[in-house]
Amino acid sequence: MGSLTDRYKDNVLFTTSDNIINWSRRSSLWPETFGIACCAIEMIAAGCARYDLDRFGVVFRPSPRQSDVMIIAGTVTKKMAPIIRRLYDQMPEPRYVIAMGTCAISGGVYNTYSVVQGSDLFVPVDVHVAGCPPRPDALLHGMVLLQEKISASRQSKQAQDSSMPPLTQQPANIKENV
Amino acid sequence: MSMSDPFPLENIIDNFNGRVSVAANVTDMPCVVVSPKNLVALCLFLRDDQAFKFNFMADICGVDFYPNLPRYQLVYHLYSISLGWRLRIKCPLDDPPTAPTITHLWTTANWHEREAYDMFGIVFEDHPDLRRIYMWQEFEGWPMRRDFPLRGYKDKYNPFGAERPGAATSITKGPIGDIL
Repeated sequence: MGSLTDRYKDNVLFTTSDNIINWSRRSSLWPETFGIACCAIEMIAAGCARYDLDRFGVVFRPSPRQSDVMIIAGTVTKKMAPIIRRLYDQMPEPRYVIAMGTCAISGGVYNTYSVVQGSDLFVPVDVHVAGCPPRPDALLHGMVLLQEKISASRQSKQAQDSSMPPLTQQPANIKENV
Repeated sequence: MSMSDPFPLENIIDNFNGRVSVAANVTDMPCVVVSPKNLVALCLFLRDDQAFKFNFMADICGVDFYPNLPRYQLVYHLYSISLGWRLRIKCPLDDPPTAPTITHLWTTANWHEREAYDMFGIVFEDHPDLRRIYMWQEFEGWPMRRDFPLRGYKDKYNPFGAERPGAATSITKGPIGDIL
């Protein structure tokens, strides 16, 4: 009996399907290479060597078909919003959205005739990253928050929409942010 | 003619007897005022005359002086690359504002005039392609006019905008109206 246990001990891992699915989803969050305004510069910096988003499995992809995350990095004009919505619709599920910066969150200082007053008016936003623009650290933190959100999601039949998994358990320290 | 010579403003005045006046209160560069009727002739003269050679049309601005009259104004900035001179031309317009196009004199005026049309609703007669350049084509109103609300009109994507006068319900027009 002991020899049987030893044979499987190093090769078999017992876990739940939620755990393994969430692990795979959160470990390779590929965002679109898509910047709209000055926040995009911080997003580029976050992807470069100094802040190195690659360590979290975050690799920028040039196509929405290959992407998991859309980072709305900048001011969204009413003329741009339908294009962003189309890019979102072209992404395969499960898909996530990070609204980066004050403009993408609420329109920011651009309370004008041409700017959409918040990205959640036309796409479902998972994580808001505050700042004007947010530092690369903040975007990095936003990515970690998204990973935590994915970790806490359930893939069972009860989840109505896999693109917006319900939070079954919120990490205590990020309640305001999610 | 060299760059150290004083600007031959009197050449313009002499050639356009009574049709061009000098704006004396402008100090940063020579400035003339002309009616839209004489604008094209003046621009053609300034571009081709050997004393000026204004081969670069740098900018066209629209101005709204509401509630003063005349309400609108076009401001042209010319630059002579070979002689180093700059000239400002002011062109007061009535309401509704119309002006002749100068796209056939300087090709770059095409987009500048589209911008003035987009923001102020200034119609450029005989313009080859007078469409909006910033706003989407279905957009209603002229955003840089002083009677246009700064925050625009209220709709689903702009809850802080002003109520549109006379509209019973706020209906979004344009590309964003049908995306959800």
